[in-house]
Formats: sequence, structure tokens, C-alpha cells
Amino acid sequence: LPAAVLLKDTKLMDVKLGQLGSWLAMRDFTPGGILGAMRRGYERYYNKYINVKKGGLGGISMVLAGYIVLSYMWSYSHI
Amino acid sequence: VLHTTRPLHTTQQSLAPVPPLPEKGGEVRHGLIPEEFFQFLYPKTGVTGPYMLGTGLLLYLLSKEIYVVNHETAAAACILTIIVYAIKKFGPQVAAFADKLNEEKVASAQAMKDEAMQTLQTAIEEEKKEQWRAEGHAYLFDAKRNNIAMLLETNYRERLLMVYNEVKKRLDYQVAKQNLKRQKEQDHMIQWVEKNVIQSITPQQQKESIAKCILDLKALSKSAHAAV
Repeated sequence: LPAAVLLKDTKLMDVKLGQLGSWLAMRDFTPGGILGAMRRGYERYYNKYINVKKGGLGGISMVLAGYIVLSYMWSYSHI
Repeated sequence: VLHTTRPLHTTQQSLAPVPPLPEKGGEVRHGLIPEEFFQFLYPKTGVTGPYMLGTGLLLYLLSKEIYVVNHETAAAACILTIIVYAIKKFGPQVAAFADKLNEEKVASAQAMKDEAMQTLQTAIEEEKKEQWRAEGHAYLFDAKRNNIAMLLETNYRERLLMVYNEVKKRLDYQVAKQNLKRQKEQDHMIQWVEKNVIQSITPQQQKESIAKCILDLKALSKSAHAAV
């Protein structure tokens, strides 16, 4: 019987909808925590799509597409 | 507070050997959307689900003017067409080129590693050879010991000979001295006897012996005249 997992350590996909608020409140929002989260996200993306033997087009094109969408969203009011 | 879910010290932490890089990255469809999205929607909507979602989203953005169609749209369309065409045409070549670069890097690293292994291997062989040589030193020392023994023997015999010669010389000297002494005694005795004899010849006896000699000579001369 596996030990009960703390809410703090569950991944986002395993959190039930009702627990979402409390889960979000428990996250680390200090500057160090935010930096850590950004670094973790970057490392995940990097190790999955770029740091491989035969990387493909998708690795950078997703980043560029994200940049395009983000810049469109920021400059929407100027159109 | 300990994280009870995280096991401690179960794996053997070590920095080497570094695990090899994964062969292929995450699957991406149409170069833009990761495969996980399609898998996520597959149970509920099947294969066409994400495409329907994409079409609906596009129409919604267009109709609600969230995406505005203006001169930039035309430019974007042209640029995208060219980009897609270029990727389709030159993609494999670029990929082959990049792979070749990677191969060269890996090959040079591997060559260095192989060289290092080779050097170490030859070093091991050399070391073994040196050890074998060191065993031969025993024979060398035996030969040297024999040499030294022979030298000692020779030296000993030389000295023995010298001792013998010296002793012989001394003994010869003693013998010669004795001989000399005896000879001198003999000579001296002979001389003394002669001297005494000559002294004992009195003048009377001398006259008588001289007259006798003259008579004898006369007799002899007579017999000699007769013979002639």
C-alpha cells in the first residue's frame, strides 16, 4: 500500500479540480522559487527537444511559434 | 520536514559514465505541435479531434477578429510558403551536414580515447617486459659472482707462488753460504798444508834434492844421447 502522497508533491495533472486552489496556494512564489521553476521548465524543454543526437525542426520552431504568438498578443492593441 | 515520498540514497550516484544522449527528441507533428497533444485528445475524439479543434479555433479567431487580416497577413503567408518549401527541399541535406559534424566530433573524441587506451596498453606490455628483464638479473649476478671467485683464486695462487719463491731464495742463500764456508775451509787447509811442507824443507834437504836432480838429469841426457 503506497504511503499517502502530500498534496504539495503531486503533479499538476494529478491534482483534482477541487484541490486546484489549495494546490496553487501551496506553490513556491518566492523569487528563488520562481527562478527555480523557470529553470526547471527550461531544462525539461531543452533535454526533451534539443539535447538529443538527431534533433529535428520542431525544437526551435516551437519556440519561434511561441514567440510569434506572444508578440502578437502584446501588440494586439496597436493593430 | 522530510519528503517521505522521495527515497534517499537508493541509486548509486556517480558522474561517470555519463548516460548517452537520447537518439531522437520528442515527436512533433507539422513542426509545431508536440505529439503528446494528439495522444491526449485521442481517447475522447479519435484521430481527427485535434484537427477539428484547430479548424474551429482558426475560424473563431478569424470571425471574432482576434486575428486581424491585414497587409501583414499577406506578407506572412508568402514568407511561410517560402519557408515551408525551403525546409521540404533542403531539410535532409542540412540534417545530413549536421550529422556529419556531430560524427566528426564523436570520432575525434573516440580516436583520442582509443589512442590513450593504446598507449596505456603498450605501457603495460613494456612494464611486463621490464619485469621479465629484471628476472634475468639473477643470471647476471651469478656470472659476476663467478668472475669474482676466479679473480680471488688467481690472486691467491699468485701470492702462494710468491711465498714459495721467497722461501726458496732464502733457503738457497743458506745453502750457498754453507758451500762457500766449506770451500774456504778446504782452500785454507790446503794452503796451510803446503806452507808447512815448504817450511819443513830445510836448506840441507834442498841442496841434496837439487844434486840428485842434476845427477838424474845427467843420466837422462846420457840415455837420450844414446838413443839418438
